[in-house]
Amino acid sequence: MSNSVLELNDVSISLGGKQLLEIDCRVGSGEILTVMGPSGSGKSSLLAYIAGFLAPVFESSGSVLVNGDDICSLAAERRRIGLLFQDPLLFPHLSVAGNLRFAMPRNAQHKSQAISEGLHDIGLAGFDNRDPGTLSGGQASRVALLRLLLCAPNAVLLDEPFSKLDTQLSEEIRALVFDKLRASGLPTILVTHDQADAERAGGQIHTLLSR
Amino acid sequence: MLRWASHSLIFLLAAPILLGTLIASLPAFGYFPPLGSSEFSLEAWRELFEVPGLTRSILISLISGILTPLISLTLVFLYLASATGSKLDLWIRRLVSPLLSFPHAAAAFGLAFLIAPSGLLSRVISPGLTGWERPPDILIVNDTWGLSLLFGLVVKEVPFLLLMSLAALPQLQPRHRVEVARTLGYRPTIGWLKVIAPSLYPLVRLPVIAVIVFACATVDVALILGPTLPPTLSVRVLSWFNDPDLNLRFLAAAGALLQLGVSLTAIAIWLALEKLVGLFWRIWMAAGNRNTGEGLAFAIGRSAMPIMLMVIAGSLLALLTNAFSGSWRYPSALPSSWTIQHWANSLSDLSIPFFNTVLISVSSTLLALIVVVATLESERQSGKAKSTAMWLLYLPLLIPQLVFLFGIIVLTEFAGWQANLGLVIFGHLLFVLPYVFLSLSEAYRQLDPRWTQVASTLGASPLKSFWRIRIPLLLAPCLTAGAIGMAISISLFLPTQLLGAGRITTITTEAVALTSGASRNLISVWAIVQLSLPIVGFMMALFIPKFVWRNRSGMMDTR
Amino acid sequence: MAQLRPSFPLIRIFFLFVLLPHSSLTTAQAIDVADWSALEQQARGQTVYFNAWGGEPRINSYLNWVAQALEQRFNITLQHVKVADTGETVSKIVAERTAGNDTNGSIDLLWVNGENFAALKENQLLFGPWAEEQPNFSLVNANRFPEMREDFTVPTDGLESPWTRSQLVFYHDSQWLIEPPQTIAAILDWSTSNPGEFTYPRPPAFLGSTFLKQAVLEISNKDPALFAPVTDDEFQRVTTALWDYLDALHPTLLRAGRYFPNSAAQLRRLMGDGEISLALAFNPNEALLSVRTGELPDSVRTYVLQGGTIGNVSFLAIPYNAQHKAGAMITANFLLSIEAQARASDPNHMGSTTVISIEDLDASARQQFDSVGTDLAAASPKELSRKLQEPHPSWTPALERAWIQRYSAR
Repeated sequence: MSNSVLELNDVSISLGGKQLLEIDCRVGSGEILTVMGPSGSGKSSLLAYIAGFLAPVFESSGSVLVNGDDICSLAAERRRIGLLFQDPLLFPHLSVAGNLRFAMPRNAQHKSQAISEGLHDIGLAGFDNRDPGTLSGGQASRVALLRLLLCAPNAVLLDEPFSKLDTQLSEEIRALVFDKLRASGLPTILVTHDQADAERAGGQIHTLLSR
Repeated sequence: MLRWASHSLIFLLAAPILLGTLIASLPAFGYFPPLGSSEFSLEAWRELFEVPGLTRSILISLISGILTPLISLTLVFLYLASATGSKLDLWIRRLVSPLLSFPHAAAAFGLAFLIAPSGLLSRVISPGLTGWERPPDILIVNDTWGLSLLFGLVVKEVPFLLLMSLAALPQLQPRHRVEVARTLGYRPTIGWLKVIAPSLYPLVRLPVIAVIVFACATVDVALILGPTLPPTLSVRVLSWFNDPDLNLRFLAAAGALLQLGVSLTAIAIWLALEKLVGLFWRIWMAAGNRNTGEGLAFAIGRSAMPIMLMVIAGSLLALLTNAFSGSWRYPSALPSSWTIQHWANSLSDLSIPFFNTVLISVSSTLLALIVVVATLESERQSGKAKSTAMWLLYLPLLIPQLVFLFGIIVLTEFAGWQANLGLVIFGHLLFVLPYVFLSLSEAYRQLDPRWTQVASTLGASPLKSFWRIRIPLLLAPCLTAGAIGMAISISLFLPTQLLGAGRITTITTEAVALTSGASRNLISVWAIVQLSLPIVGFMMALFIPKFVWRNRSGMMDTR
Repeated sequence: MAQLRPSFPLIRIFFLFVLLPHSSLTTAQAIDVADWSALEQQARGQTVYFNAWGGEPRINSYLNWVAQALEQRFNITLQHVKVADTGETVSKIVAERTAGNDTNGSIDLLWVNGENFAALKENQLLFGPWAEEQPNFSLVNANRFPEMREDFTVPTDGLESPWTRSQLVFYHDSQWLIEPPQTIAAILDWSTSNPGEFTYPRPPAFLGSTFLKQAVLEISNKDPALFAPVTDDEFQRVTTALWDYLDALHPTLLRAGRYFPNSAAQLRRLMGDGEISLALAFNPNEALLSVRTGELPDSVRTYVLQGGTIGNVSFLAIPYNAQHKAGAMITANFLLSIEAQARASDPNHMGSTTVISIEDLDASARQQFDSVGTDLAAASPKELSRKLQEPHPSWTPALERAWIQRYSAR
């Protein structure tokens, strides 16, 4: 159970002189901030900025604080920020367990046990040695979530992770994701254009205007 | 650090080529102390322009330099336009890489043994269809205007250009674009030519230029298929270099520079042609005709590859029959007796060259892969698209081998180095590098960047994500690039011969040494050994990923 | 005197003496050619790099046998470096000289004669003299056979040791041609009435140049100018008739003279395929060997032109900068031995012609050389005794250049 807090102080992202977005807010432990806006409004670039791989062609300013520490000076892999993409992006050359193990810190104890327990927890007991290519969309999304959590991040970013799932499945996965994130006490930023996502998230909503 | 390292590596590789060219060209202007001449003089050039038949030699080199890529590219584009997605296409894609690995000397021999008046084709149709009891007195192979040479070169270059095109296509989303064109009423082949070709061409321009230079300056293929009275310029330059009359060294140096000039001229003509064709293309694209030419384009496109395959299969057959034939008198279609004697005779001679060939090709390719991957990775990490240092990589493809190799030899002599394996591997590395780069770069750059992003969000350092994510995901393209690199190294002749002082023998050097004196049977044996080696490489490139990823369906996408 | 070659010669030689550091005749390792047993000792454990034409598998296998014998008896490792053309070896030695490499040459022994030898000798690129110090040199009876001491009229000065003999012979397929032409002139007549049945290798291929020399010797009736260094005027005078001859001959040849094979082997192949019915070779046993391997049909017969044909000797030489001179000399001496020469002359092995004077041997030794016997496909020794001397080596490049000048751009 983490009580990290994520703060975005006067974050502003521009491209070619035109400002794409600016945002200033605080996401507390277990809270979900929804950032909404139409395509082209720079939602994904915000996440890229926070995670640490914003393309150099963008101009950016402002600080991102995790528990009071500015992470902007850190390399992407040191930021401890989890990210869920639209596609589960499970490494196709590793097994399910391999994907999960990849995420775990090197000196974690009892990795296999943690993996089995985790899989059991999301309803995929015994899936350790499965080939990710054989999983259904829903199963893959669940494994992606587990992988993210096993990494023990301080904050989580969601980049429209439910948009490629059909309605019923996305309901299910959305519920799972939000429950787990709230339970783990991680501050989360959700980027989406889907109103339903925002409602289920139940947190603050920040709407970006299109330019 | 990575970028600095890869840049300095490229300079280190390009330096010998540039230096070598310089040193080798000094004699062209009269500077060559060992022969007593240390004053600038244009004597060699005067001699050069008095050489009989020089104009014809230059013309033939120039014409093959331009017609080869023209015909090959046309066939490749027409093929892609008419056959993408069809069943034929699936087969061709699988065969392209192995086809590429057919070393050009072996391919040239096979073709010669196929189409010659006393070749396989003639024997098959005689005396039945033709009534010939003795071979007809027609000049086919080594014909005066280089048509056989052109044929041989085209057969060799079509797979190469096809491979390069296939590598570049995915980023253009060809299927979508053609569908859009079709919804606008264009027939599929015409549609492809109007919407894909103009975007595809710039992506394959560099390979096309490599083809121009190769076609212009090739020695091996020209020796086997090219005209003899007079030979192409490159063949003549080689003979001047080898002439025991040491005075011809000046002439050879001038000739080598001339060859360089001819290659550059061919490139210039091509670029001008490009502009011209571009102009007409734009007019054609805007004109709006949707049907004209569809039938013809489709017919040529669909038949080009199968015909090419048949020719290659025929050449292979010619080599195989010759390698196992005992007594085979014209006009029998098949040998009257079969024997493995030729193989038995060659076995002991084969062992050392075989070992050397494998050692050199594997080493040079591994080194090339390391350099290429380091370069591509540093390019990716720095975020810059392409830097000018890349052009230095292609130098070995743009300057005739003969020119800078001679210079490199003199350099190594000055340094007191003996011919050794390391030097030969270095020489091979120079030639393998551009091909490995050409073949790997697209796949490398196209790899979904989100994989490394995911890895870094999961806490993986760039090094960890490189080794544990990027490299495994790129295993198949790396192996294919490696197979191509090995195939190139295996087919090299001049670098091994000159840098190894003839002491380091490979299959190719031995095979060429046999050309001047041996029977068809023996040449066929060596040609077959020469071409089976790259095939092994491609088999490995094909099957190792299949094996390693046998339980990973996500890795099995059609590359 | 004026020569056909570009005009650097005298300045060149002067510069060679002045500009180049050390004279090449003294070597780092003390070599005393007179003390043969010391040489044998020195040679033990050496690896000798022997540059020799690699285009004939029979020669290659023979050299494998030689390597084994040298290993067993002298502890010398022989490496046969296969070259496509001796000119390459000359180039390599020149390149080494250019870079000042005077002691670590990559070539220890080379198979050479004619203009290649002349070029090397003229440029002081050879070690020696050493050849006449060999124990086996006496076997060639150089007093009786002066060609053992001269290479295309250039004195060898002991810089090279004889290895094999050759002679120009013609062979024909009796299936298609029963009464072959016996003189150069007759060849033209016959070819005119039977076009496409004959051709010869393109100069500067060795065999092609030899055909030219044979033709000019016969047409000019062995003009004495041919045996002296060539001059522009003499060349003009002597060769006018030759070019007339060839101008008449070429349109009647295979492919109407628009294509010439580039080697003896390709010529042989043409006959084997039935494309031509008359061909030539420089090894008297070539046709015989090819019939035995099935390359040529057994209807092939070899013969020598009525007026005699050119014969010569080819040699082994040691570059000035060779690293393993002792080993090279031991090797050359072994190749000159009765055992090695007998095996070489056996058609089952190499099928060459020996340089040893067979008549001087005792009966049992002589028998070892009798492996050819009276094979129909071979020329008889009586025919082979009709020999013509080679012209001066300066004529060869001159003829080649002129031929290339006239005929390479049709």
